Amino acid sequence: MKQVKKRKRQAKVYKEECAACGCCVLVCPHDAITVYKGLYAAVDESFCMGCGKCVKECPASVITLSEVTA
Amino acid sequence: MKKHRYDYLWIFSLVYLILGFFNILFAWIGLLCFFIPLFLSIVTGTKLYCNRYCGRGRLFSLIGGKLGLSRKKDIPPFVRKPWFRYGFLIFFLTMFFLMLWNTWLVFSDARSLKEVVTVLWTFKVPWHWAYRGSIFPDWAVQFAFGFYSIMLTSTVLGLITMIFFKPRSWCVYCPMGTMTQLICRLKSKGGMKRRTDFDRNRI
Repeated sequence: MKQVKKRKRQAKVYKEECAACGCCVLVCPHDAITVYKGLYAAVDESFCMGCGKCVKECPASVITLSEVTA
Repeated sequence: MKKHRYDYLWIFSLVYLILGFFNILFAWIGLLCFFIPLFLSIVTGTKLYCNRYCGRGRLFSLIGGKLGLSRKKDIPPFVRKPWFRYGFLIFFLTMFFLMLWNTWLVFSDARSLKEVVTVLWTFKVPWHWAYRGSIFPDWAVQFAFGFYSIMLTSTVLGLITMIFFKPRSWCVYCPMGTMTQLICRLKSKGGMKRRTDFDRNRI
């Protein structure tokens, strides 16, 4: 039987242009994002469900959803 | 999500702006929004102020987000580029020092008190109703007018970008945010050796 690879979406931050404002942290329903030392938003892959709330909220639009194979 | 006390800090921002219409001397309170972020980032090495306590950010997300006064479109990419953010910071600081210079001129009696609020660094709006004399010296009042101009200008600019782009667009190019992030960057470089692999600094 052929195994079907599960596809999952996750938030990805373009760190170089992240303002570290923390808007994403406030909307994340799973507490999956933290602002790392005031430098950039860091997504914890084990918590992110790919809901996309942070993508909508990010004022700099530096967060995207990308597909990852689980 | 559980509401915290600091979720209501937008009230502080709003009250501050309103008070400036009645008595300009309240503008001095705005220095808190200047020193607290710097203090927090120097002490903690994080952008705790932006992330949690910024009243203006909260106000924008309330007006733009909950009240829906925002198109919620992407900001032009150049705004988030370092050259623009640092350029805006330098421009803002220049204007800040110019304001301090004006305060100095009044202090040294080279110029008399001007009861105007300059919006967007260009438009001089008469603001005489907000000052009817006080026990404070003229330079302190001139500083209040100048500082309120800065606060009002940045709010107006923030509101404009809020309407056109995402609610907290101001956060992308906020000079205080750029400055605190720069402090964090310098601090993290200094402490590189004792940095652990991944520091989960939950906020």
